[in-house]
Amino acid sequence: MFKNLMSWIEYRLPFMDKMNLHVMQYPAPKNFNFWYFFGSLAMLVLVNQILTGIWLTMNYVPSAEGAFASVEYIMRDVDYGWLLRYMHSTGASAFFVVVYLHMLRGMMYGSYQKPRELLWIFGMLIFLVLMAEAFMGYLLPWGQMSFWGAQVIIGIFGTIPFIGEDLTLWIRGDYVISGATLNRFFALHVIALPLVLVILVFLHIMALHEVGSNNPDGIEIKKDNDGTVEQTEADKKFTFHQYFTRGGKKVIVDAIPFHPYYTVKDLLGVAGFLLIFAWVIFFFPEGGGYFLEAPNFEPANALKTPAHIAPVWYFTPFYAILRAIPHPFMGAVAMFAAIVALALLPWLDRGKVRSIRYRSGLHTANLINFCISFVALGVLGVLPAEGVYTLLAQIFSFTYFGFFILLWFYSKNEKTKPLPIRLT
Amino acid sequence: MSNAPVDHGRRRFLTIATSVVGGVGAIGAAVPFVASWMPSEKAKQAGAAVSADISKLEPGQLIRVEWRGKPVWIVKRPQAMLDELATHEDKLRDPESEVEQQPAYAQNRHRSKKPEIFVAVGICTHLGCSPTYIINDFAAQVEGVKSGFFCPCHGSKFDMAGRVFQSVPAPKNLQIPPYMFIDDNTIVIGEDEGTV
Repeated sequence: MFKNLMSWIEYRLPFMDKMNLHVMQYPAPKNFNFWYFFGSLAMLVLVNQILTGIWLTMNYVPSAEGAFASVEYIMRDVDYGWLLRYMHSTGASAFFVVVYLHMLRGMMYGSYQKPRELLWIFGMLIFLVLMAEAFMGYLLPWGQMSFWGAQVIIGIFGTIPFIGEDLTLWIRGDYVISGATLNRFFALHVIALPLVLVILVFLHIMALHEVGSNNPDGIEIKKDNDGTVEQTEADKKFTFHQYFTRGGKKVIVDAIPFHPYYTVKDLLGVAGFLLIFAWVIFFFPEGGGYFLEAPNFEPANALKTPAHIAPVWYFTPFYAILRAIPHPFMGAVAMFAAIVALALLPWLDRGKVRSIRYRSGLHTANLINFCISFVALGVLGVLPAEGVYTLLAQIFSFTYFGFFILLWFYSKNEKTKPLPIRLT
Repeated sequence: MSNAPVDHGRRRFLTIATSVVGGVGAIGAAVPFVASWMPSEKAKQAGAAVSADISKLEPGQLIRVEWRGKPVWIVKRPQAMLDELATHEDKLRDPESEVEQQPAYAQNRHRSKKPEIFVAVGICTHLGCSPTYIINDFAAQVEGVKSGFFCPCHGSKFDMAGRVFQSVPAPKNLQIPPYMFIDDNTIVIGEDEGTV
């Protein structure tokens, strides 16, 4: 009876076939390490944001008059409202932690290199939308930092020559940030951008499954079936979806099915993540003023600028680049270029060897330089722009872009180590 | 299905023509969505001119008036402050106010209609914070200058005519809004003789 129902459905919508293709019979390299937790964790956080976000809208009032008070109402009067809000606000920071580590993983193992360029581009688009989503969400509590942070970010558009002024007027819908701005940001934050985000995540995963997952060794597990590839006993143990062998043109080695092997492994990552996540939510929900900033506990006031405006921590590396350049428009261009440079990584890296394991010491040093620059810019973006901090921000902006320029030069004729034939 | 041979030229023409007409339609349909983001009539109304009573303004005092949600400063500058404006012009980015940040009647050393009454939008030209008025201790920011405006966000500095000092993030002098005096005691901000 159940079997008949299943086959009735399968004939009309090949559900099991697609599950096999993407989950049960998806060949994943057998050597994933902990760096591979962050993709599934990003999905977990996305679900957390959507779920808690929907529940927050049930009590949130999107208007300049009601927003601040309604957030306080959620925090004090709604049963478990504080938990839902802290899950959402901490989730935003967790999202960026996870995504930054996920991106670093891709950079370490060359996961952006051919044929995974489009996969990387979708990832960068997700990152962009995520930043817009976080920025607009931060305006909604209508606190002092919401208001003045938005003032600064919208001000960036105002630096564009000729159209800047009119553009900011159009974005705000008023001569200042007002209820009109709040309402449109609310609409974009809860409907438009999440929709785009979910579609991009879908495309990201589809693009991933088409070209297959990279791995810490950076070599392919789908070999051309030219008769020279020998499958081990272990390789013959698993059945993979026939789609991946491309009708016998490919032989799959050193792979294990995503389910149950990596679903179980990812569960461990989820448990570890939730441990830290819950600890922050219950004992550290403001993140020491970095997840929720102190001035945001005061309602927005257009006539009073807080003494020191710093964006939330996840924007600070780019914010530091913006401030490092004395010319406002060129600062904005540099900030945008810092993101575009990342997106262009598949073409700036002209190397053929993917993983840091088999690339030159110079590349390792350069990647460490990138990490140090990024973190240093992040720290400087929180600090006031004065004296030595400005100089340091300029130096680290230089080394940040230096990573990409150096990479382009040395990657063409890089001295790499010999690649293994099979996964190690 | 007819078996007539396919006329590729005709098919291409029809495809392009349909795309163009559809594209124009799509652009037309986008107009209300894009235009609805502009300030509404209500917002425009709220952005109308405001008037302020300046009869009780003491020398050196600064009052704030809200115009279009932005703080507009009105300062009554004593003679000493006006005299000081000429002393530090070598340290300014744009001492002659050549960048159009003011109506023509405010393009002078004191950047105002009446020398003693200074009117400016109190928003830093860098990224939109509101600078602090420092009446006596500005020398800590710029040597030898007694009073000025200091922006706490990114450290921009302006003199008592809202002119920006060199080597700070703000690129331009403070904006001077259009304004006019109805009588000796009343000032209207947001309108001047030219716009009425």
